Amino acid sequence: MKKNPALLVYAFAYLAFLYVPVLFLPLFSFNDSRFISFPLTGFTTRWYRDLAADGAMLHALGNSLKAGAATALLSTLLGLLAAKAVTRYRLKATGAALGFISLPLFIPDIVLGISLLLLLGAVGLPQSLQAVVLGHLLVCVPFALTVLVARFEGFDRNLEEASADLGETGWMTFWRVTFPLVLPGICASLLLTFITSFDEFLVAYFLSGTEATLPVYIWGQLRFPERMPMVLALGALILAASVALVILAEVLRNRGMKRTRVGA
Amino acid sequence: MFGLRRNPAFPQYPAASGDPMADRQNGQGYALLAPTLLVTAAALAAPLGLLAVYSLKTQSGIGFAAGWTLDQYVFVLGRESYRVLFLRSLAISAAVTAATVLLAYPMAYFVAFHARRKFLWLVALTIPFWTSYLLRVFAWKVILGFNGVINSGLERLGLIHAPLAFLLYNPFAVVVTLAHAWAAFAILPIYVSLEKIDRSLLEAAADLGDGRLRRFLRITLPLSMPGVIGAAVLIFVPTTGDYVTPELVGGTKGTMIANVIEIQFNQAGNWPLGAALALAGMALVGVVAGLLVWSARLAMRAAR
Repeated sequence: MKKNPALLVYAFAYLAFLYVPVLFLPLFSFNDSRFISFPLTGFTTRWYRDLAADGAMLHALGNSLKAGAATALLSTLLGLLAAKAVTRYRLKATGAALGFISLPLFIPDIVLGISLLLLLGAVGLPQSLQAVVLGHLLVCVPFALTVLVARFEGFDRNLEEASADLGETGWMTFWRVTFPLVLPGICASLLLTFITSFDEFLVAYFLSGTEATLPVYIWGQLRFPERMPMVLALGALILAASVALVILAEVLRNRGMKRTRVGA
Repeated sequence: MFGLRRNPAFPQYPAASGDPMADRQNGQGYALLAPTLLVTAAALAAPLGLLAVYSLKTQSGIGFAAGWTLDQYVFVLGRESYRVLFLRSLAISAAVTAATVLLAYPMAYFVAFHARRKFLWLVALTIPFWTSYLLRVFAWKVILGFNGVINSGLERLGLIHAPLAFLLYNPFAVVVTLAHAWAAFAILPIYVSLEKIDRSLLEAAADLGDGRLRRFLRITLPLSMPGVIGAAVLIFVPTTGDYVTPELVGGTKGTMIANVIEIQFNQAGNWPLGAALALAGMALVGVVAGLLVWSARLAMRAAR
């Protein structure tokens, strides 16, 4: 393949377009000024200290962690069951079922959030963290399913048949053969669905009620200019944590793929 | 990530039937699918049904008037201001889609055909996508704002003497912000379709005397069109319904469908009108996206 210097320059310019706007968040989060503008006035960690002392923020963080963990566990569990059904059985309705399950990805978040809010009202339930989790499941299950189906497809199903032939029951075969082989996919699914839930704003905005999640809390802060530096500090921390999680997920997924390819 | 039906990870097996063993097997398979289908039915189908029911009502105080009516739809379709709103939302999303796909294509091409460490590039390109959506949009408000990064930076450099007011609170700001926020959704599908291209086709074309440009136009571009169409749909559909970006950087001239829907449910308290707007908006986006895919397929068939 020939070298193409123009394309290489473009690639790095594109990377800059992706990264520079995002990197303004950490840059100004260390700037000793309430105004987010040049010139930079001096280095400070004050905004981070303010942040650590903000009770409402910490409560919202706790809510987001809870909702994220519940969403990740439930959507991965549902994805696991559905992925097994899709890859191990010859069902007539597979196509229709997958279409239905992935439908939420084609519906605007505002419609998902508002229609769930209407449902809560109709059955007389209050807005709550549980309602947020239900909404997030809609968006996260298709992600979990995609990751897990790829894993189920990725290993030799003769291993499962061999286990059955050797007298293991269905559950033991799942536990001792299928589960370990699918484990990297499960980990990747847990991380991706957690991040998706943790980051989701609009559905949570309608369903969280008094139990604001972190994005809902941030949205409330954006109206107050004097709170901006603190929001930037929070953004910088979320950025760092997300990057760490995504890299972890990618490494896990990649390692899992390689091991199966060599093993099977 | 999306378009699961056409995903090669979901092969469509021929269904077995008549055989009692196979029937029992089928039962187990459906039992495994049932919990997921139930959750989707409870959290998606039921609420959407409710939305459809409410759109046929009329608001009366804090409740609904008795009886059923199509008044909301007549109102939505008849009002000039809603027509403008729908058209503006579609135009902004179309501009976002075109800009995102055009900018992403050379990048995906570079990774597929020229990059040595493809995995590293792909991770580097997707990382910003996983950082908080809200804060990525907010970052553009900081950049484009009246006292923001661009204005204060240019003033500092002595290039301008007064802040440029045209940067923020208009459709242009919405397009730039969304093109940045959705970049990964264009790069990945285009990259996948480019990566699938059989390289021997390119060599054959070169052997038969085609130059680089002809090779690109006759082989690479047509074969990557499925990725381009996929990316276009992936971006067009959700950006038309985006709420955060027009709310933060759009101003009054950049208001889109979702912002008006939200107003009906919160400040205005007219749920039936909000429901009708939501369903009409979804139908419109569905029809436009369908037309986009259909015309692109026709064009591809004609080119062949």
